[in-house]
Amino acid sequence: MATYAAPVPQIVTSRAEPQSRRWTSWITTTDHKRIGIMYMVTTFVFFLLGGTEALMIRLQLGLPENTLVSPQIYNQLFTMHGTTMVFLFVVPMMAGLANYFLPLMIGARDMAYPRLNALSYWLLLAGGLVFYASIFWNPPEAGWTSYVPLSNATFSPGGGQDAWIYLVHLTGLSSILGAINFYATVANMRARGMSWGRLPLFIWAILTYSILIIVAMPVIAGAVTMLLTDRHFGTHFFDPNNGGSAILWQHLFWFFGHPEVYIMVLPGFGIVSEILPVFARKPIFGYKAIAASTVAIAFLGFLTWAHHMFTAPIPLAVVVFVAMSSFLIAVPTGVKIFNWIATLWEGTVEFKTPLLYCAGFISLFLIGGISGVFLAVFPVDWQVNETYFVVAHIHFVLMGGAVFTIFAAIYYWFPKMSGRMLSESLGKLSFWLMFVGFLGTFLIQHVLGLDGMPRRIYEYPNIGNWALYNLISTVGSFVLAAGILVTIVNVVRSLKHGAIAGPDPWKANTLEWFTTSPPPANNFDVIPVVRSAEPMKDIRREIERRTSGVPAPGVATVPAGATQVGV
Amino acid sequence: MNRIPPALGHLIPTTLAFFTPQSGGSPNANSIDSLYKVVLYVALVIFVLVEAALAYALWRFRARKGAVAAQIRGNTRLEIGWTLGAAVILLALAILTFVKLGSIQDPVNSGPEGANLTSDSGAPLYASADRKLPPNGKSLEIKVVGRQFVWEYVYPGANEPDGLGAPYSYEQMVVPTDTTVTLDIVSADVVHSWWIPQLGGKFQAVPGYHNYTWFKIEKPGVYRGQCALICGRGHARMIASVKAVPPAQFEAWLANQKQLIAEANAAAQASRAKLKGQIGAGQVENP
Repeated sequence: MATYAAPVPQIVTSRAEPQSRRWTSWITTTDHKRIGIMYMVTTFVFFLLGGTEALMIRLQLGLPENTLVSPQIYNQLFTMHGTTMVFLFVVPMMAGLANYFLPLMIGARDMAYPRLNALSYWLLLAGGLVFYASIFWNPPEAGWTSYVPLSNATFSPGGGQDAWIYLVHLTGLSSILGAINFYATVANMRARGMSWGRLPLFIWAILTYSILIIVAMPVIAGAVTMLLTDRHFGTHFFDPNNGGSAILWQHLFWFFGHPEVYIMVLPGFGIVSEILPVFARKPIFGYKAIAASTVAIAFLGFLTWAHHMFTAPIPLAVVVFVAMSSFLIAVPTGVKIFNWIATLWEGTVEFKTPLLYCAGFISLFLIGGISGVFLAVFPVDWQVNETYFVVAHIHFVLMGGAVFTIFAAIYYWFPKMSGRMLSESLGKLSFWLMFVGFLGTFLIQHVLGLDGMPRRIYEYPNIGNWALYNLISTVGSFVLAAGILVTIVNVVRSLKHGAIAGPDPWKANTLEWFTTSPPPANNFDVIPVVRSAEPMKDIRREIERRTSGVPAPGVATVPAGATQVGV
Repeated sequence: MNRIPPALGHLIPTTLAFFTPQSGGSPNANSIDSLYKVVLYVALVIFVLVEAALAYALWRFRARKGAVAAQIRGNTRLEIGWTLGAAVILLALAILTFVKLGSIQDPVNSGPEGANLTSDSGAPLYASADRKLPPNGKSLEIKVVGRQFVWEYVYPGANEPDGLGAPYSYEQMVVPTDTTVTLDIVSADVVHSWWIPQLGGKFQAVPGYHNYTWFKIEKPGVYRGQCALICGRGHARMIASVKAVPPAQFEAWLANQKQLIAEANAAAQASRAKLKGQIGAGQVENP
């Protein structure tokens, strides 16, 4: 097993009270780290459920005119899959990572509102349970977009649609409370010296994620409330037969739905911006440009929603406006990709698993970004919208984008959370299976869309090469699933048998590595004064100077400038 | 060998078709296809350059003994350069989109071989202020009605001013060749999406709204498509097709369709009258 050099600095946390080990302590806890772990475990379980639904969809589509599942069940499967991955996996997984690492990275001892933080988690769990309870009755079947009139009481009389509405409410409330908490924590609880220009880029991303949630989530909350009253209390907001508008729903949904895409990928951009410099042994290239482009993407993200509606009856003026803003948003996104490649340039790149996932992310997200430009060219969108081309696009952005960064984060931060390293060989196997499986599943779907296959059809005739392309996609999806399974095995195995990590196994740049792994309840006895965007580099250099290059493990070393702050 | 073998000559368009949307049925679909190809070529160049730069950076700068990472924090000129570069490429694509838009969105005139688009009184068959017509104002207007889970097409030729008696068909639309057909797309229930890939882009059928598109078919034949927006459990079975036939054949088909509908209506009226008589005579219980 790989051994890691004795890390410096070593922290002794004399003032921390030992954490309760009873199971009830997980229910009563307000510790951001425990809440973060609960978020991550819960959302990963939903990820596996959503993944199982995806595999069932791929099984059904593996053969033409397949009768494995009924049209009703097929519609339920893709509705559950989309809803689960968006509301119960990617968004709250990012909240989980931020919960654990945001206070640590800014040198805080907890979140600003610890009890509100616990409430956020329990609301999320409640939303997930309400939604999944519907599988025992009538799961929703109008798609994760729930377009009216299909989702109204006439065409979707089942309670599953209501379960979907309550899921959006509960997880939305959870996200809004969490976002306010993240914002308040960053605004008020940063270590001394951590100015906005020294904030880790992951924190910049979470800050932007929080603002997006605070602005976008109330819109969908209002929209689903209107749908709920339409369904049960006789209002007609979306009913064309009684003065309502079916297009209004599309506008409200996508005014939330497009920022939601950035809510899902911006934290991933932050993760990549943290990991690349560590494994290239080089500072991030263009810190200010990356932080600024994050904010620019968030702003422009609010102006592009109607590009999901290019085929709807909307005026040309609206089409032109959102097409231009969609072209524009490609600029800051491209800038980020250039900055990441420039960060690797002239570095010394260590091919550890987190770096592999980040490199995989850049190569896949580039494809998703480029296919996004095709979709902004709205006459082309008229051809490929609502086809497998769009299915491929969203998966390159959300799976190649957000999910690969989540796996990078798991491999990068697992040592901090558990105190043990994950196996590198299993990690690399997992990455390559996921990477190859992902390309096998989704690359060919672009061609399927160009050949005229609409999305969300439960069966298709054997025309052209549809059968062959679908079979390739189905085989790919099982390779992808195998890759995910390897990481699960890796995590379970390493919890007991992984090499001891020590506080700073990667020789990283940010403050979460300035404490033991896992960190004690109070995170830090001593909070250092931050002098740059890479405080751990300064601390390591200072310790090296003081100990003339000889690390002294097991000794409480208070670095220069560290101030004693009340516990 | 100084000429391309026939097999390879055939392969080239097929390989390109692998990467491009369907076209060949109507001028607007062909214009979308040519616009798409320009975007594709630009995208391929950018894709290859960026992926190559990434792969090169990973391989060339991999950690080796004695290698030291350069501590560079940025380069303002380079960063402004690539920001402007990306903006210029996207601006060019945006301009190209608007240059091409007219040929995609605006209907063309029917050809000389097309159907005679005048009614008995000599007036154009259809004219409407809120949608695009060909320059000469003449087109064959067909109303497309989406409903769970079948497409209905209503052709011109109503007997009465309120539209009654117009010929209609389900699932397969029949149109004359070389004739500009404008579609008025509506829905009777939920949102659907009209799409025949070889005849151009798709357009949603939304209850309470009208959506418009057009096509003009040169070659007789059947063009296949299906509903493109989830509309319920029968979505995958909501097939659509357009059959293009020479104008004379179209006129005959339309007349026949009108007669069949009239006969069916008459038969229905007769059986209704008969049923009414039976109810009156007490042979059938009034429901």
